[in-house]
Amino acid sequence: MKVSIYRYNPDTDREPTMKEYDVDTQGKDLMVLDVLNLVKEMDPSLGFRRSCREGVCGSDGMNINGKNGLACITSLSSVAPGVKEGKKALVLRPLPGLPVVRDLVVDMTMFYNQYEKVQPYLQNSTPAPAIERLQSPEERAKLDGLYECILCACCSTSCPSFWWNPDKFLGPAALLQGYRFLADSRDNATEERLARLDDPFSLFRCHGIMNCVSVCPKGLNPTRAIGHIRSMLLERGI
Amino acid sequence: MVTRVTSVTSLGRNGLYDWLIQRVSAVVIGVYFIGMLAYLIAQPNLDYGTWKAFIGSVPMQIATTLLVLSVAAHTWVGLWGVTTDYLTSLTFGKSATGVRLVVQMVIALLLLVYVLWGLVTIWGGA
Repeated sequence: MKVSIYRYNPDTDREPTMKEYDVDTQGKDLMVLDVLNLVKEMDPSLGFRRSCREGVCGSDGMNINGKNGLACITSLSSVAPGVKEGKKALVLRPLPGLPVVRDLVVDMTMFYNQYEKVQPYLQNSTPAPAIERLQSPEERAKLDGLYECILCACCSTSCPSFWWNPDKFLGPAALLQGYRFLADSRDNATEERLARLDDPFSLFRCHGIMNCVSVCPKGLNPTRAIGHIRSMLLERGI
Repeated sequence: MVTRVTSVTSLGRNGLYDWLIQRVSAVVIGVYFIGMLAYLIAQPNLDYGTWKAFIGSVPMQIATTLLVLSVAAHTWVGLWGVTTDYLTSLTFGKSATGVRLVVQMVIALLLLVYVLWGLVTIWGGA
């Protein structure tokens, strides 16, 4: 099958190019990461990140035939009709909107800076109990669909608002994590957290186009979390 | 160190305020146009005198004033978003702030002219 991969080495290349490879998959429905490993055997100069190879670590987020996803859990048959059969090329590019370090490896600094801004850790000013802060099953259930995020950046780098203002708009991943702590019954920094989100960019650059929802490899819904934060801001502000 | 994001050119300098204005103005514009459409359908043989009496009545003058103000506010919030998305250092480099400020001021002045012109037309009594 034909594989077309974005190649760029800032030290030697003047501009990025797409390089074609012919890979023999023996007709198997491999994962995209398996195909990348086959290419790496042919061309060891290819750079990409991967670690757990089972959709847990979030290292191999990339743009696969136009849609962000994790290479390790995206099968060829799910990329697009005809890719597995070799009728259509598999096209791999780095996550859009972030600076390219090399080939499929991007610099995630801007993404992590926004994550840091939501202070993603429990904050509670009351004295700590002797053993632990308890939650009812109902309170714990509110964190489902929020805590599972693996920070692969597929969502934020599929979001045009994040492309245009990656320094000001937090992006879906950071906002999902922001809500994860706003929704936690053990956290009481709600007011401080909300006060940092009511400017015109941090949260309100979300126009609800739901690219984040359509690409999330863990099936999470950042748009809904952003809606919940907006409701909290409304209740606080009116 | 986390710095707060601020903006002096957005309508309310606050995201929640702008968001609310955008929604409320959309409702005003929507209700006005549905009402206008209903009136036009209900008046198939509309003549100048009937139209003038309808549009010149005080309730319609107030409604049309609300419409003009809503269109201006809605346009400002929307185009402010467009200018801060596309007229940035990514597209214009170092001159981005100047370009954005000029475009925003032209839009603001145009909207002001439209509002004043609208008010004169609605309340001028010609």
